[in-house]
Amino acid sequence: MRIFIQGAGCVSAQDSGVFPGEIRRYEGDRLPVADPDYKQWIDIKQIRRMGRAIKMGVAASHMSLEAAGFPNPDAIIMGTAYGCLADTGVFLQKMVSQHEDMLTPTAFIQSTHNTVAGQIALLLGCHAYNNTFVHGAFSFENALQDSLLLLAEDPSRQILTGATDEITEYSHTILRRFGLYRQAVSAGEGAAFFVLSAEKGATSLAQLTAVEMLYRPASEKETADQLAAFLLRNGVQPGGLSLVLTGRNGDEGNDAYYATVERSLFGDTPIAAFKPFCGEYPTATAFAVWMAAGCLNRGVVPQEAMVKGAAPAQPERILIWNHHHGKHHSFILLEKC
Amino acid sequence: MMQGSVWIAGGGVISGIGRNLDECMASFEAMRPGMAYMQHLHSSHAGTFPVVEVKASNEELAALAGMPAHWSRTALLSRIAVQEAWNASGLGSISDYRVGFVSANTVGGMDKTEDFMAAFLADPAKGKLRQVVHHECGAVTDLVADAMGIRHHVSTSTACSSGANALMYGARMIRAGMLDVVIAGGTDALTRFTLNGFNTLMILDQQNCRPFDDTRTGLNLGEGAGYVVLVSDAVAANIRPWCRLAGFANANDAYHQTASSPDGTGNFLAMKGALEMGGLQPEDVGYINLHGTGTQNNDSSEGLAITRLFEKGVPPASSTKSFTGHTLGASGGIEAVFSAWALREGIIYPNANFSVQMKELAFSPVTAFSRGNDLRNVMSNSFGFGGNCSSLVFSKE
Amino acid sequence: MEKLMQDLKEQIIQQLNLQEVKPEDIGDDQPLFKEGLGLDSIDALELIVLLQQHHNIRVAKPEDGPNIFYSVRTMAEYITAEKAKQA
Repeated sequence: MRIFIQGAGCVSAQDSGVFPGEIRRYEGDRLPVADPDYKQWIDIKQIRRMGRAIKMGVAASHMSLEAAGFPNPDAIIMGTAYGCLADTGVFLQKMVSQHEDMLTPTAFIQSTHNTVAGQIALLLGCHAYNNTFVHGAFSFENALQDSLLLLAEDPSRQILTGATDEITEYSHTILRRFGLYRQAVSAGEGAAFFVLSAEKGATSLAQLTAVEMLYRPASEKETADQLAAFLLRNGVQPGGLSLVLTGRNGDEGNDAYYATVERSLFGDTPIAAFKPFCGEYPTATAFAVWMAAGCLNRGVVPQEAMVKGAAPAQPERILIWNHHHGKHHSFILLEKC
Repeated sequence: MMQGSVWIAGGGVISGIGRNLDECMASFEAMRPGMAYMQHLHSSHAGTFPVVEVKASNEELAALAGMPAHWSRTALLSRIAVQEAWNASGLGSISDYRVGFVSANTVGGMDKTEDFMAAFLADPAKGKLRQVVHHECGAVTDLVADAMGIRHHVSTSTACSSGANALMYGARMIRAGMLDVVIAGGTDALTRFTLNGFNTLMILDQQNCRPFDDTRTGLNLGEGAGYVVLVSDAVAANIRPWCRLAGFANANDAYHQTASSPDGTGNFLAMKGALEMGGLQPEDVGYINLHGTGTQNNDSSEGLAITRLFEKGVPPASSTKSFTGHTLGASGGIEAVFSAWALREGIIYPNANFSVQMKELAFSPVTAFSRGNDLRNVMSNSFGFGGNCSSLVFSKE
Repeated sequence: MEKLMQDLKEQIIQQLNLQEVKPEDIGDDQPLFKEGLGLDSIDALELIVLLQQHHNIRVAKPEDGPNIFYSVRTMAEYITAEKAKQA
């Protein structure tokens, strides 16, 4: 069975409408989302309680449903590593500074990880399957895997899947103290959503062939072997890829890992990176899928994304490979449709 | 592609009424609910709200778990219950199988983060970083997976229904042939964050909670962890499984962010879907382990949805939260263990503190512990914030 | 009473983050919930904290909410009565 991306929506540091056209550049260690006017999608009465993670997620999900021309999904599945961090921070801050007194419910309610998927269901009046995966750099990948399982169980379904994560002042300060942005790494945030189904239609952007996760590989060699096996299982030779879109983020050790595996596996295959456009965050691969689907659909890869080789014209197959601190690796294969 | 059955090979639980399944059973049999004023968490509400803490310090739990005492209590609880579940399965070495771990929790390492915040808010350069390194829900799951030697694992969080969703995802990965064995359930430690959060909603009872009682005024928070070991037909053939996970469904109420719809639309859809998947009729169910939090809203909605689905008669039903308190992300896992064990042993659990019949319902919860019941199918309900409603059905064969 | 009602309107807008609502948009006797201003049960809990923070009044029973928070006027009357009790 083949699975297609029927519609996509993205809220990121790039302009949601035009990528890969004009690319926005940022200074400093932070790539904030270019917030669209959320009132386009969300009623003013509902928006007043929503944190940015929720607004970004609701907006991206609406864009993808509109693009697919499908307002009633048969499942809503999302991933988020941190959930609604801003509301979590607000509630924690008040709880500590007010000594557990005179706290209000809104921030607590909004802090729950499944708030975003719950809000999407509430706004759509959707009683279908609803799930949220919260596992760092495996969150979005599991949402995709769950979507593929649901489609294997019943190919007639239309599934809304995606991810959202936000940067807050607290999280940025704390992650900086961990030394995360010591090198050229920029923190990122954003949301991307997709409508998936098994039937190719007029709006289909790309084929989502497969997703796989690899936890704590013992060495670059193990990663290369697993990656090659993943490609072969899906009928692709490593040399048959048009592009490898990696999660290089500017950290030397982190990026060297990609280069080592690439040398042993990919020969002359062009290599690109997506984090210069969206920043580093655990669910950034959702942005990568949005970017790759756009590249396959338009037949263009932005030259600014290239790490090695020339930007391929009319790409056929793109592998997204991301790793988070060498511990959580994921492979996502997309093909032209 | 989707084929075969999924079996429960074993289960493990740690809660405020016992550090393992045997101790929990003894508490049910002796009608000994676990509510008390808190001994281990520090909160200004300590003398106001009874809670159901696991009766052990972090140091004691760390010794049981074989983990450092400064790690999140959520990870310590998880590790203890996972190990018990694995031992109960009789499967031997974990490296002999393709094993997955699906663990739910709602606030990750929040118990440590809230300690960190006091210093951090005073000075952003202060606060021990080791207290926030496991803040993320997934980080807690990683710690336990590493300790067990499992490399295929994930966390889910759909608030109070997440433990049940963990079982569903695990079962579906087995049916798709991706894995042979999945340890699935949930864990959550008591935190000031959740205690204060539920307090802002004004749904914490200052007395022991009274699920499905007309005088109920809220829930008591608990803590703990509970996991089952799910196995494929091929693995089940070599052991004596407890029972089969015959049906499950996840539906959304799509009514309100926190409250259930008055008629329990999502609850109804989840229970109906689980029965349909198992090829069962409502009258086939011998016992329902209720979500039964003790809030006005939940018990009324759940009760009305049950009345509608079980129109020919409601089977014996009870809320074990009247003993364990509401353990949030752990509750779906803990109650799955109780439900699967109930089926194996013919046990029906009592609902503590019931005295006044709810006006809107024609049925009342079971109030006495009993063994030797001829149960063929048991249902377990888990409902949560965000409209998330999940229902599981376990079958003897 | 007029001053109190004016203050309450500003406090409500701020506490509930009612974007694009001005104090003069809220009528003294306009129902705050449902078809009126459109508030819901979460707002009711927020208003309970508002009374505590700004007026030092604790509402012990959430079920009293609908009567106290029917309109800005009923809120002001409740506050006045409670203050009289405290004095």
